[in-house]
Amino acid sequence: MNIAGELGIVYALLGAAVAVLFAGCGSAIGVGIAGQAAAGVVTEDPSKFAKVLIIQLLPGTQGLYGLLVGFITLSKIGILGGGIADLSVSTGLLILAACLPIGIVGLLSGIAQGKTAASAIGIVAKKPDQFGKAMLFPAMVETYAILALLISFLAVNGIQV
Amino acid sequence: MAVLKMQRISICALKKDRKAILEKLQSMGVLEVNHVIDEDEDFKKMDTAGQRMGFEKAAASVDQALAILEKYIPEDKSVFAALEGKRLVEPEEERRVQEERRELLKTAKTIHDLDREYAEQVVNITKLRNSIESLKPWLALDVPLKPADTKRVGMFLGTMPGGTTAESVYGILAEKASEAEADVHLISSEQSMVYLAVLCLKEDMPSVEDALRSAGFARPSQTWDTVPAVQKEKLEQQIADCQDKISEIKKDIEGLSKQREKLKIAADYYRVRADKYAVLGDLPQSERTFVISGYIPKCEAPHVADYLAARYDCMVDVEELKEDEEAPVILKNNPFSMNMEGIVESYGLPHKGELDPTTIMSFFYIFFFGMMLSDAAYGAIVSIVCGILVWKFPRMSDSMKKSLKLFFYCGLSTLVWGILFGGYFGNIVDIVSEKFFGTAVTVPALWFIPLNDPMKLLVFSLLFGVIHLFVGLGIKGYLCLRDGKAMDFFCDVVLWFLLLVGLIFMLLPSDIFASIAQTNIVFPGWLNTAAKVLAVIGASGIVLMSGRENKNPALRIALGAYDLYNITGWLSDALSYSRLLALGLATGVIASVINQMGSMLPNNVVGVIFFIVIFIVGHALNLAINLLGAYVHTNRLQFVEFFGKFYEGGGRPFAPFKENTKYADVKEETIL
Repeated sequence: MNIAGELGIVYALLGAAVAVLFAGCGSAIGVGIAGQAAAGVVTEDPSKFAKVLIIQLLPGTQGLYGLLVGFITLSKIGILGGGIADLSVSTGLLILAACLPIGIVGLLSGIAQGKTAASAIGIVAKKPDQFGKAMLFPAMVETYAILALLISFLAVNGIQV
Repeated sequence: MAVLKMQRISICALKKDRKAILEKLQSMGVLEVNHVIDEDEDFKKMDTAGQRMGFEKAAASVDQALAILEKYIPEDKSVFAALEGKRLVEPEEERRVQEERRELLKTAKTIHDLDREYAEQVVNITKLRNSIESLKPWLALDVPLKPADTKRVGMFLGTMPGGTTAESVYGILAEKASEAEADVHLISSEQSMVYLAVLCLKEDMPSVEDALRSAGFARPSQTWDTVPAVQKEKLEQQIADCQDKISEIKKDIEGLSKQREKLKIAADYYRVRADKYAVLGDLPQSERTFVISGYIPKCEAPHVADYLAARYDCMVDVEELKEDEEAPVILKNNPFSMNMEGIVESYGLPHKGELDPTTIMSFFYIFFFGMMLSDAAYGAIVSIVCGILVWKFPRMSDSMKKSLKLFFYCGLSTLVWGILFGGYFGNIVDIVSEKFFGTAVTVPALWFIPLNDPMKLLVFSLLFGVIHLFVGLGIKGYLCLRDGKAMDFFCDVVLWFLLLVGLIFMLLPSDIFASIAQTNIVFPGWLNTAAKVLAVIGASGIVLMSGRENKNPALRIALGAYDLYNITGWLSDALSYSRLLALGLATGVIASVINQMGSMLPNNVVGVIFFIVIFIVGHALNLAINLLGAYVHTNRLQFVEFFGKFYEGGGRPFAPFKENTKYADVKEETIL
């Protein structure tokens, strides 16, 4: 294995790391923001715990999408099953590029969704019967994470190793 | 699939039957009171605010008593208490409680008093404990803790700052009150405080005290007539007394807690009466008659009218609603679709003239939900759990039952999609068979495995989306035709259909689609031409007709062109359905991640135990989060993409005059 070949796998792994890292950070920040609002509601009215918990969880999905792409990438380049694939630099960079959408969109949409979820928790605090609508606003933000996931997934899936 | 038709019912009856009729209407709970007559010289409203307040206060008092009981003697509740619903009470029992209601109200008051007394005793004990605490440093003193004197000598007690010794006190005295003679005894000393008794001649007392004061001397805040040690025992005795009282109070409350069930029924009784008086206060009444009027579902109107007419001297008039009246809404659907009414309600009930979308939506809902979760094992778990809960707790509240049934059906759909896509806890069968039996066994997918062929599923997702959207547009067309707006039907629905169908048929044979679907579709030439013709007709029609309300031709064309821009909206709506693929993949892949983690463990007993732990915890989490995701995103597809085409909502829910109980429902006596 020459140096160039080794760099290929490094780039590919960097791609998996980018997907998991950024999307995970986005979700962590998002869930954190929503969690602060949720904790505030529960101090006033503990009976709303289940409802606000559900809304708090909504920005958590970006992390899962990042995990998904990361996992697909790992199994694609053979790190999981043993027998690491022999990747050229260009293939490695292709995989890195394929992982970028879910990484970056996951980070930013996770944060934005967290803010929306915090506001939605405000709806539940004041009008618990409007839970269905409150849940929908954060879900709107998530659409774009789903689109990014789709492209990242299809791209990683489509790259020939 | 319908909104129940409402009618207006007006009942004019004699005042002597007022109580009976009102209570009957309340127990039937099918009438939403809505008066049409205003007060005039014949019809006056009765002032019932006083009685209503009385009943409300009574209900609140009993509720509070129940809360107190719950605080002292918590009721045994199972984990599923929320599902059990209200208790069903025999009418006989309810009548008994009604007779006892005054005693029960007194019981409630006794409970309040006991609670207050309990709080007082607790405060007393704290006070006594504090006193004992302040006595502690003086325990070595064998005279009463207060200034005392003999004929010539006086004694006073006090504290000085920490670190003071007998010598330093004498030093201060020698310096500041040199002519006086004093005897100083240190009783005890602490880090920050020294307790001392000072004896001196009576005439020297002021000067001695002043001298000591300048060095930080202070008299004790509390004085006692007895020796501290004895006093301490006394106080302890008092604490014991208080504790006895507290246990007595607790016993009393425990005795009263047997009345809990009765109190609950009484609280409900007062609540229902308060509601009745609220309605009564709104009734127009003449000297001998009263009138009640309101909305009633058409199917119930004859029952109520017949029942009342047969038993009382009254006039019952049922009439259709006026054109401009916005009636309250009740949805009525088949036994399957009615479970999705909650979803429609959370978006907004249909307003006047709109179609109840529940039935059509329900099939898409189940279909999409299953596709997003798409794991046979998860589906089976959800269905079984919901099925058992619904079966075990028949008295749960209606909305709860509907939600559980909704998830039951969604679980079934998930099961079917899981079998189609070959997902059972992700890929658990492969992993377990490979790990423990050496050969990987794969359960074949009935249709295909999405992970191996994502583009195919993407195409199908978009196809299902387009069908969903077209159905939405179709409903809009139906509504236009129903209301006789043929022009709207043609311009807003038919032209769009032409354009979209044309565009789709133009797209299908193109290279882009071929690369997505990985198959080349070749249409005969005439179909290609037809597609282009359709698209052109549609597009030009929209440009010409969308701004038809506008007289100015230039503005009209501009508005039309702007409306044509909506084609991007259709594109984004259709692409939105790609989440069907993405969420389905998410469930499957994360499940495989969990299985993979488990399979990395060694193949021995410990490994198997950890494998099982990882399996249970991991899949429980994955199920929970994907269930949430599937629910939220299915809702979104219905609310945004589907309802956006034809539905606004904004109707007012039917709020009948009924027995709004909190704890128990009375079993209905058969009356008809």
